[in-house]
Amino acid sequence: MSEIFSVTVLVGILASAIRLATPYLYAAIGESFAQTSGVVNLGVEGIMLVGAFAGFYVAQLTGNLWLGLLGAVIAGILMGLLMSFISVTLRAEQGISGIGLYMFGLGLSSLLFKTTIGTVKTIVGFPPVKIPVLGDIPILGEALFNQSVLVYGAFLLVPLAWWLLDKTTLGLKTKAVGQNPAAADSLGVSVLRNRYFNVCLGAALAGVAGASLSLSLVNLFQENLTAGQGFIAVALVYFGGWRPLGILAGALLFSTVNAIQLWVQVLGIGIPADIAVMLPYLLTIAALAVTANRARQPAALNKPFERGEN
Amino acid sequence: MSVANADTLQRSRRLSIDWVNAAFRIGLLLLSLLFAFMIGAVVLLLLGANPIIAYSTMFTGVFGSVYGITQSIVKATPLLLVGLGICIAFRASVINIGAEGQLILGALMATWFSLQFRTWPGWLLIPATIIMGFLAGAAWGFIPGILKARLEVNEILTTVMMNAIALQLMNLLLRGPLIDPAGITAGTYLAQSERLPEAVWLPRLVPQTLLHSGAIIAVLLAIAVYIFLWRTTIGYRIRAVGLNPDASRYAGIKVPFYQALSLTLAGGFAGLAGVVEVIGVQHRLLEGITSGYGFSGIVAALFGGLHPLGLIPASWLFGSLLVGADKMQRAVQVPSALVDMLSGLIVLFVIGSQWISTRWARRRMAAAAGAKR
Repeated sequence: MSEIFSVTVLVGILASAIRLATPYLYAAIGESFAQTSGVVNLGVEGIMLVGAFAGFYVAQLTGNLWLGLLGAVIAGILMGLLMSFISVTLRAEQGISGIGLYMFGLGLSSLLFKTTIGTVKTIVGFPPVKIPVLGDIPILGEALFNQSVLVYGAFLLVPLAWWLLDKTTLGLKTKAVGQNPAAADSLGVSVLRNRYFNVCLGAALAGVAGASLSLSLVNLFQENLTAGQGFIAVALVYFGGWRPLGILAGALLFSTVNAIQLWVQVLGIGIPADIAVMLPYLLTIAALAVTANRARQPAALNKPFERGEN
Repeated sequence: MSVANADTLQRSRRLSIDWVNAAFRIGLLLLSLLFAFMIGAVVLLLLGANPIIAYSTMFTGVFGSVYGITQSIVKATPLLLVGLGICIAFRASVINIGAEGQLILGALMATWFSLQFRTWPGWLLIPATIIMGFLAGAAWGFIPGILKARLEVNEILTTVMMNAIALQLMNLLLRGPLIDPAGITAGTYLAQSERLPEAVWLPRLVPQTLLHSGAIIAVLLAIAVYIFLWRTTIGYRIRAVGLNPDASRYAGIKVPFYQALSLTLAGGFAGLAGVVEVIGVQHRLLEGITSGYGFSGIVAALFGGLHPLGLIPASWLFGSLLVGADKMQRAVQVPSALVDMLSGLIVLFVIGSQWISTRWARRRMAAAAGAKR
């Protein structure tokens, strides 16, 4: 038991936690855009799967990781357009359309994977990039500042999202659309266009979240690669109170639990793997129960907008 | 015109409107199905597969043999049971995505219970096992139910998490306490339980097939759920909560209670699906026992118009799709994941078309009101 407290293991856990936070951050920050505009997109998991596949497929076809990433973004946007059309234009019940999108994404990515790649293959993903000076800090430098660009990108996204939502006209419009669409509409803000934009932005980021798995964290694609991380990302938005910093805290909490769970398995400490794997899910439920505070929730969340009705 | 005559007239007009409305809705459902299959065909073409061959293999895979037809009913049975639970929950505006986990709990309980009391005679063991499985699934539904009722925790997310936890729990038990002792002596350590006592096996309806009497139980339960939702006070309140929670609250209905109740009942029915899979089909618990029924059941329920009786043909349709997909995968090497993709599209189209049908109904009513004036 004592070995889990050694410096090497603790640094290892820290480095893993930073890496594992990446997909949560992309997906949850993206989802927070959609939710701020009033749309719950529960299909994040499906978008991540399609993004992960598209990224992997394009990257191994062209040999260019950046093209792969672009492929994931485009795939994400296409999924976002589908979700927007059903949920915004056709005003469908968002909880159910999200589940439909998830099933579609799961089925599509599995179908494409089986017919094009067939077997699990690995790829050389984005390499770790050492940041000068900071990367030379003993012990911590290796954990924090020797990661792949996608990991840095995820953490840079947090201040960027804060700036976008709090300091730009677009962000204010988005909040207005999520709080009181009728008022926003009367002031000439197109509710439809704003929601389309935010859902697609969120979906593009979910695509990147998927690609961060297939091109940086595990460097392969397999069926159901994401294993529920997209759903946890949606939960993180609630947990983080729709604020980028709150989401960052939640993502780090989850990735740390995940990292500890993985290290516990590696070190073979007498906890069955199945129980260790359960931990993040149990934590999600506990976190949702503890933070079940709706004060910060966008008032028009989950409510389709129809002119003259709301 | 006498009062009685006017009354009859009005009633008949109301009836005729209902028929037109129903026909319109069914038409939209079939259109959704058609659209999904057309998109599936385009994807298959892009992948270089022949959609006509793929779809016709699916069709003959089901209807080309007695075995195929019985098998479609075998697969429809858990879908119907899961779907009944989904109907109850969705009618209360509670979105239960946790059927996979609830099904696992039902299957686990059925396995443990029937092995524990293997000496009991069938007439006692079968009903007791069924009830215990229902209760286990209900308990798994109760947890997110009470969290929603007490703390307003989003049930969609908690039920998804409960699925993952149930899956790990099953893996844990199948490698530990429930593992088949024969697997240990043989050294294979297969993650499956011991074979269940024959007393608990549901009788088979057609020899040489897997069709078991669970199908009859499921249909009877569909009728019971219909009566429950439309002919009892509790059912009425569940539907009222779903239609308009605010009005229900003013009317003195305890909204959180009925939400939690509907999720608990939904869990129970999903648990039953697990029970019939174990005691009707597999006769033991093994990995992959859910076969994704928890999700397909949602699709069937939506396609059945969230109506217990509409669910009977809907679950048979999706049961057939699953059988056809297996056949297609084996015969023409088109992955059965195609059907998962189609299911997702069907959900999207069905839920998307609801707005069209409500708007259409509203316009018709407005037109009728205009004509009267």
